[in-house]
Amino acid sequence: MIASDVLVAQNVGFAIIAAIMVIGALRVVTTKNVVHAALWLVVVLAGAAAQYVLLAAEFVAITQVMVYIGAVMVLFLFGTMLTRARIGAEKDLNNKNWFIGLPIAVLLLATMLIALNDGFKAEKLPADAPLVTTQQVSDQIFGPYLLPFWALSFVLLAAAIGAIVLARRD
Amino acid sequence: MLLNQFLMLGAVLFCIGVYGVIVRKNAVLVLMSIELILNSVNINLLAFSLRNGNADGHTFALYVIAVAAAEVGVGLAMVLLMYRNRRSVGLDELSEMKG
Amino acid sequence: MFSASTEAAEVVLSSGWFLEHAYIIPLIPAVAFALIIFFGKKMPLKGSEFGILSMFGALAMSAGAAYQWIQRVNGAPEEAFIKPVIKTWTWWQNDGISLGIGQHIDGLSIAILVVVAFISSLVQIYSTEYLHGDRRYTHFFASLTLFSAGMLNMVIAENMIQLILGWELMGLCSFMLIGHWWEEGANSRAALKAFFTTRTGDIGLLVGTSVLFFSANEWTQKTLGVSGFSIRGLSAWALSGDPGHAAITVGAVALFIAAIGKSGQFPLHTWLPDAMAGPTPVSSLLHSSTMVVAGVFLVARLYPVFFEGMNILGTSLNFIVLIGGVTIVIAAALAFVQTDIKKVLAYSTVSQLGYMMMGLGAGAWLPAVFHIFTHAFFKACLFLGAGSISHSASHHSFDMKKDMGGLRKFMPVTFSTWIISTLALCGVFPFSGFFSKDEIIDNVGHNGYTFFMIIGLSGAFLTAAYMTRATYLTFFGEPRGAAAGEHHEEEHGHDAHAAHDDHGHDDHGHDSHDAHAHDSHDDHGSHGPRESGLIITVPLVILATLAIGSGFLNAAPFGHSWENFKKWVEPRPEVVAVTDVAHTTGGAGEVRIAAGSTDTTIPEDHSAPADEAVMSESETATEDTVAHGEVTAVAGEEDSAHGEEAAAGHSTKSAEGEAHHESPCGSETPEGGVCYAPQLHHAPFKWSKAGLSMIIVFAGMLLSWLLCVQLYDRKNKKLVGLTQRNKLLGAGYSFLENKYYLDTLYEKIIVRSIAHPISRGAYWFNQNVLDGIVNGAGICTKTVAGWVYRNVDQKLVDGAVNGAGTTAENAGGALQPVQSGKVNQYGALLFGAAAIGALVLVIINF
Repeated sequence: MIASDVLVAQNVGFAIIAAIMVIGALRVVTTKNVVHAALWLVVVLAGAAAQYVLLAAEFVAITQVMVYIGAVMVLFLFGTMLTRARIGAEKDLNNKNWFIGLPIAVLLLATMLIALNDGFKAEKLPADAPLVTTQQVSDQIFGPYLLPFWALSFVLLAAAIGAIVLARRD
Repeated sequence: MLLNQFLMLGAVLFCIGVYGVIVRKNAVLVLMSIELILNSVNINLLAFSLRNGNADGHTFALYVIAVAAAEVGVGLAMVLLMYRNRRSVGLDELSEMKG
Repeated sequence: MFSASTEAAEVVLSSGWFLEHAYIIPLIPAVAFALIIFFGKKMPLKGSEFGILSMFGALAMSAGAAYQWIQRVNGAPEEAFIKPVIKTWTWWQNDGISLGIGQHIDGLSIAILVVVAFISSLVQIYSTEYLHGDRRYTHFFASLTLFSAGMLNMVIAENMIQLILGWELMGLCSFMLIGHWWEEGANSRAALKAFFTTRTGDIGLLVGTSVLFFSANEWTQKTLGVSGFSIRGLSAWALSGDPGHAAITVGAVALFIAAIGKSGQFPLHTWLPDAMAGPTPVSSLLHSSTMVVAGVFLVARLYPVFFEGMNILGTSLNFIVLIGGVTIVIAAALAFVQTDIKKVLAYSTVSQLGYMMMGLGAGAWLPAVFHIFTHAFFKACLFLGAGSISHSASHHSFDMKKDMGGLRKFMPVTFSTWIISTLALCGVFPFSGFFSKDEIIDNVGHNGYTFFMIIGLSGAFLTAAYMTRATYLTFFGEPRGAAAGEHHEEEHGHDAHAAHDDHGHDDHGHDSHDAHAHDSHDDHGSHGPRESGLIITVPLVILATLAIGSGFLNAAPFGHSWENFKKWVEPRPEVVAVTDVAHTTGGAGEVRIAAGSTDTTIPEDHSAPADEAVMSESETATEDTVAHGEVTAVAGEEDSAHGEEAAAGHSTKSAEGEAHHESPCGSETPEGGVCYAPQLHHAPFKWSKAGLSMIIVFAGMLLSWLLCVQLYDRKNKKLVGLTQRNKLLGAGYSFLENKYYLDTLYEKIIVRSIAHPISRGAYWFNQNVLDGIVNGAGICTKTVAGWVYRNVDQKLVDGAVNGAGTTAENAGGALQPVQSGKVNQYGALLFGAAAIGALVLVIINF
């Protein structure tokens, strides 16, 4: 009973968070206010973190919150400020491509949904899967996936340097 | 929990992100749409990782987050540059690669 | 007489290497011609060595062949048909017509071969002195040698095509040689006149050959296995009764027209006197003894064709004898008004050729051929004598009235050889002309052509007369002009001699042998007339000797045994059986010997037909056998055939000296064989007839002598200028002087009336039609090109090219919006493609 409760709770939680995420995402791409879009993105990111917890990926969830919401979004807001985005609504943030974009998005969505449905049908995730510990993650990182880790460090370094180079005034 | 629900959630976010990339004029907003896409990918990864019972998905999700961060940094630097040169970040006007 | 026996019915005719290989005879001078052309100028004697040596070679081979032929005839029975030595090589055959080259050696060929080779040799030797230093010495010898090759080829020709080849070759060489000094217009005109006149006659040659071929070919192939071109085939065909009357008459007339042209008969005789523009050796070789007798030779060679076609012994008038007779008289008349000694001799030649033709036309075959033989010698001697006079006495002039006279004191050898040859020409006993010319006249009368016999006698009178005139003017009287030592310093008598001179020393400076030319002129100037050198006089003496002696080859007056020429040359009119023509004419390289020394006949069976032909069969593979009245005792029948023949055999006319039976050849169709020669009649010799002609000749000489003395020497007032005072005589004189206005007729009327309209028409055609076509083609091309340019090039092609460019541009322009530079669009593209890709994958894997 507890298991099923837990399951029901998880499902309900999932549904609520998913709904919030979808609405937030939609608001990101439709709002006329840049800052509002950034804030809605924060909502989406937070919802993603919550999903990660549901998916027994706590470390990733924390990392998501810290990096994405903490750093990336701040960066976005900084960028917005620095580019004199109007505080408040702007006239037009959408270009004239919505008649291309919408069909593509719908088509893609339809295709993916059909494929997913056909592929995984009603496969259930394991009910009581153990949590993935940080130790496990680090074992993976410094084990099999060491090389991507190093590459990634270079990427970060390059990104940092590149950003500085690009953005400096001289 | 069904696997499919996570995957479908990811699909929806992805498509919304695609729509945003195509439709949004402001460069920063386009970057935000790209963030949406990346996050949907993360959800997929973690869902599969849970299904398979290993930590591979986690690892890659972390890598994606790192890459996303780096990319945002560089992207915003470019946006700054764009703004400095032409006082606007509308991607409509940025068509010098035309032809 | 018949040899009434018996078994020895094998007739084996001897042959020999020279007879078998007589085809080499024309090849020797042909090779020499090539050598002279290529190497002559570098040789020490300028090419004349090749010519003279080749002629000696030909002469030696001809003499050898003659000797072997004589052996052949002597070794055969009296009445047997002497088969000619024939060889053929097929050169080309197609669809039933085969053309070949070969030799057909019989008595006629041998006689003419010897004559041609002999006189050619003498003339070539003579020319080395006469033309010494000439501007085209080497080419002269080349042409002379080529001529000899051509004539020798014609004489041995086995078929009509080969004969035509030799004929035309001779015509070409005649043209080249007459126009040897072509720098003077008169000489080249004379050469052209000769060529065109003989060419006019040659139309007849081609027509005749074709007609005869197409009529005869079937019969000859069937009966003898030879083509309708071969001489013996045509001869046998003509006498076989096969030919239709029209075909053979047309063929005979056409061939005779060619003979008229070549042998200078009326009306195509006009070229011969003009041909004297050539050097004197040419006149003596070509235009007196050898080339001009080619027409006579043709008639003699294909005599059965003419015999049947003109019905020679059946009428008292036929085309040949008429033309011959007319020629005799008109040429003799013209000889009286000539001042050029060579022209006198030329008309004399025409007249003598008329004798030969008349003889042939009247059935006197052997006397005519014998006259060819003897005439060659004395006429060549006369011409060479004229050349000797011009060379050494009259300072290259041939004008009797201006530059000659009284030369007998200065040129004894030339004078005596001239006199001998003149007497031979006039037919005085015992010179050779008596035995040939008088025989012609005699036989003409004997065969029923009485009118023409009278013409012949008149011709003899006239011949004697004009020759006496020429002799008087040249050798008697007082020397005139150059003969008197007068030296035309200014012009070398050039323009006076332009028409008939035979050398072209324009002035001393032009000669390449300057020194010699100077000498000869200076000698004349300082020494006057004198006898010529040995190189000139020795040939004269040789020929004069023959002029005396050659008559005795056929001295009919002295009896049958003296008639050697007849025995050796005249073809026997016997019926020859033809067996075994199963094998066809030889292919390339195959030699078919029709007259074999290995010919053996073993007669087993014989028929006794109503006519006198006796047939025998051969068992060997040879084709022709010779049959004669010899009968074997094998089958048992003997005398019945004999009896018939003995009774009916002797010729009714053979009183003396004739011992052969009448054969059906010519009068009936031969059965059981073929005839190659018609039965002819021979007039028996009577001294009374000879005496009459002698009287006529002497009368002519005497009368002419008296007139000459009166006219030229004493300048009798009554005679001098007679033609100017008397209108009738004056008209006659100018008629003769203008050569019966024939030249006017030919050149001004016929030629001009044909040539001018034709040339105008041709010009019109050229300007309007041909040029019109060419210009029209040009205009057409231009128009088409313009149209093509405007429509095809500009519109189509350029349109396509430009269109391709425009299309590319438009395509590019159409695709350009894809690369808008807008990031959103790129993103749209990317995701759109991905969506579609995903869709496709899903659909495929659904």
